[in-house]
Amino acid sequence: MEFLLLLGSPLAGAAVLAVLGARRFAPELNIAFSLVTFLAACALTVHVVSAGTLTFARDQFFIDAFNVFLVTLTALVGLTTAVFSRPYMRVEMEHGRVRAPQLRLYHSMYQLFMTTMLVALTTNNMGLLWVAMEAATLSTVLLVTLYRTGASLEAGWKYFVLCGVGIAQALFGTILLYFAAEHVLGAEGVSALLWTHLNGVKGQLEPKVLSLAFVFLLVGYGTKVGLAPLHNWLPDAHAEGPTPISAVLSGLLLNVALYAVVRCKVLVEGSLHSALPAQMLMGFGLLSVVLAAFFLWRQRDIKRLFAYSSIEHMGIITFAFGMGGAVANFAALLHMTVHSLTKSAIFFTAGHAAQKSGSQLMDHIRGLITLSPTIGWGLMMGSLAILGVPPFGVFASEFLILTTAMREQPWATPILLTALAVAFAAIFGRVQPMVFGETTAKRLPHPPALLPVFLHLSLVLALGLYIPPYLADWYRAAARLIGGG
Amino acid sequence: MAGVPLDIQLLNLCAALLLLLSFAMLSQRRIVNLVNLLALQGTVLFIATLLIAWRTRQPHLYLSAVLTLALKVMLLPYLLHRLIRRLEVYWDAEPLLNISGTMLIGVLIVVFSFGLAQPISALASTATRNAIGIAVAVVLLSFLTMITRRKAMSQVVGFLSMENGLFFGAMSATYGMPMVVEFGVALDVLVAVLVLGIFFFQIREQFDSLDLHHLESLREDASSRRSE
Amino acid sequence: MRPIEIITQLLELVVALAAAPLFVGWINQCRAWLQNRSAPSVWLPYRNIRKLFHKDAVIAEGASRLFRLAPYIVFAAMVVAAGIIPSMGTRLPLTQVADAIALVGLLATARVFMSLAAMDTGTAFGTLGARREMMVGFLAEPALLMVIFVASLISATTALPAITEHLATQTLGLYPSLAFTAVAFLMVLLAENARIPVDNPATHLELTMIHEATLLEYSARHLALMEWASALKLFNYACIGFALFIPWGVSTRGSAPVALLASIPLLALKLAAAGALLAVIEMVSAKLRVFRAPEFLATAFLFAVLGLLVHLLLGA
Repeated sequence: MEFLLLLGSPLAGAAVLAVLGARRFAPELNIAFSLVTFLAACALTVHVVSAGTLTFARDQFFIDAFNVFLVTLTALVGLTTAVFSRPYMRVEMEHGRVRAPQLRLYHSMYQLFMTTMLVALTTNNMGLLWVAMEAATLSTVLLVTLYRTGASLEAGWKYFVLCGVGIAQALFGTILLYFAAEHVLGAEGVSALLWTHLNGVKGQLEPKVLSLAFVFLLVGYGTKVGLAPLHNWLPDAHAEGPTPISAVLSGLLLNVALYAVVRCKVLVEGSLHSALPAQMLMGFGLLSVVLAAFFLWRQRDIKRLFAYSSIEHMGIITFAFGMGGAVANFAALLHMTVHSLTKSAIFFTAGHAAQKSGSQLMDHIRGLITLSPTIGWGLMMGSLAILGVPPFGVFASEFLILTTAMREQPWATPILLTALAVAFAAIFGRVQPMVFGETTAKRLPHPPALLPVFLHLSLVLALGLYIPPYLADWYRAAARLIGGG
Repeated sequence: MAGVPLDIQLLNLCAALLLLLSFAMLSQRRIVNLVNLLALQGTVLFIATLLIAWRTRQPHLYLSAVLTLALKVMLLPYLLHRLIRRLEVYWDAEPLLNISGTMLIGVLIVVFSFGLAQPISALASTATRNAIGIAVAVVLLSFLTMITRRKAMSQVVGFLSMENGLFFGAMSATYGMPMVVEFGVALDVLVAVLVLGIFFFQIREQFDSLDLHHLESLREDASSRRSE
Repeated sequence: MRPIEIITQLLELVVALAAAPLFVGWINQCRAWLQNRSAPSVWLPYRNIRKLFHKDAVIAEGASRLFRLAPYIVFAAMVVAAGIIPSMGTRLPLTQVADAIALVGLLATARVFMSLAAMDTGTAFGTLGARREMMVGFLAEPALLMVIFVASLISATTALPAITEHLATQTLGLYPSLAFTAVAFLMVLLAENARIPVDNPATHLELTMIHEATLLEYSARHLALMEWASALKLFNYACIGFALFIPWGVSTRGSAPVALLASIPLLALKLAAAGALLAVIEMVSAKLRVFRAPEFLATAFLFAVLGLLVHLLLGA
């Protein structure tokens, strides 16, 4: 039952907010629906932890160790972002950047987006996975262009075209996957595309077809993860859309897309018994890390800066999944969690900082600590967290990834270390003057939402210091599932 | 060719027509003609699906054929024509490369697609396995159409043509995907066109033109940033 | 060489020489009917040629021997080409001299000499016509070669009679590759024979001429030979089209001599239909601007390549 609630709540929210989204209580409605989704996710998690892998609706949906924590994470970040978006959008309305009808679109699309991501995470059918990913893109395109400025329209167009074309490649990969599956499972219609069934027979799937399919699937879903060189849409979409959307794009959509890639990788590796998928993941991952680290230096807009940081971290996670094996997978899963929490926290603070200073350019944001200590400290802590400073969780996962790399792929370690160092210098160098120094910030008409920021950061801190045993078991089970290495 | 049954001959004819239509799209400059060619592509797909449904006696393929007819031949071209009328965009600008050059690149793409599809054709057990290469060629040719265009509308038509190619690929490799997936894909395509319609109005409102030239100003070191 | 072969060969040559001007006259008549005006007689081209032979030739001052020789060379090339194309029978001794590719070379020779002669007089219009003629020919030749290539691939030979025999005896069916190639061939025919949409044969405006401009300086017997050669060229192209795409009715190896006689009315029928088709095409199309002609020919080339690809990859 929790499962129906999990998917039904955001869907109902989308429908309700499509009608009532412009009213004064719409943000509270948004938060309410997100809360229900989160509680359903928690209940489901408890159920899965006790009962093992669950399937629903005649194997069409399933929850196992890998996606259960992602589901909870998605629901949590969805909730906190909804909390953050309440005062943020109020201020935006005061500043005149958005009007009431657009708020209706915003709220209903937000819930619809949550639905599509939850469907993508829990579906067993590879074809439905594709449909959900495409739907996720479509529901956020209009959100990126919410402000109707020239730059946001351009960002939305790039987002639509690049992700659309990329996803078409993923469709071709799915067709090839179905083609290979049909040979082994027979044309039983729907069940040939079910991941659990495919996982059972992956040794018998035709290697040539699967390697071709993996290339297309990686290129297709990789575009949505933001892997270089297909990342062009990411900085623009993050910078031009409203900040809550940047937070969920960075914190959630990238994770879900990477989840899709990893599911495909598990199938392909089982069939190929070669290092091709691993090497491709490692290659793309490293390329993203290096490219992002060097692009970080040229950024002048705060949201673009952290968008490139997202690309960099997704690159690290992809690289870790490419390495495979118990430790690397564990570290990658941990990194997915903490990155999602930290990045969304950073976007929360950056959004408010930009509102206070009236501009997203970092040169115009100065001395946040003076006027609003909480936002200033939040930004500072968040940046330190994302840069991998101990004792935050990011340090733990990056440490694990680097040590595994030194052991298994020593040639990659200097590249990773250099890129991380470059990123550290770039981000820290930019954040420092923003937080300290002479202030140019103004008071906000509505008090900012700071609870989500500190909730996320404390979670990350906690994960860095101590991972509770059930959580560690989760990660280990998922790491075993992913295999490789 | 001796002894090849009639329906296979017809299917090969459909595949050849699809290829021809993709090349025709590559060379068209009138946007209205582009949309009509898209509708023709949908018709050919409909006929091909019917033939395959008849040959393999799978009832769900008849449903798929009707879905194709409703969506790709009637609904989508109608929506696109309506958009063209309301936005008043009738002609595309001169394509990036001259038409003869584009055609030659197109020929190279067809050869490349067939090379790419070789291993799949070798493994397929369907009667239409030779047509998989044509499906890949249609996808890549639509991609080329998208790249060489300047008006947003033509890029959308290229994108939809890519979907048609993928559909034909699925049809010729595996006799179609499971119905639930096909419905999902059809829904996605429809919603995409609707979203694009809204999008175009927004673009037009802002720039007074659907020329994509205006949408190329965001750069890394953008100094023309608005600050609010 | 058996007697039947010699008879076939001579019959072909005679029919070609005799029927070519009639073909042109028939096309003019069809066009006039479609345009709702009364047509000149179908024998008018004959009367033109006869009239021209009786006149005195006037040669330009600076013209060299090439100018005087060119009409004979062009005419001879066209006659030899007519001898190679199997319009009525496939048992032609002359075909040992040249296969399909050499046939294209013969047509190219004629074109080269025509252009050289046009430039020989040094007039502006002659050079203009020569350059345009060469441009059209330069682009049309690959398309024509590709068409012949496809037919050769299907029949595993480049000798035109053998191709015709093979295609005539194949099972009936839908061949998309041949359909594409036929469209390509039609476009090449229109371009090479100076028909609308590439060139208007009836124009008197020199700046819009392609083929006519190369004939401006000729008079009397030279002009007669050139006109006759142009008519022969159109006849030859039509017969190549029949040989490749509508090969039935041609008397093949092993058939009775009476089949040869039967092929004559069939050929007449095919020519009549082709003439009507050409007239219809000329009616419906508008003449292209000269710099669009390369696009037209690129499309023809593309069709031919598509036919090739479809044949190689679909086996159809």
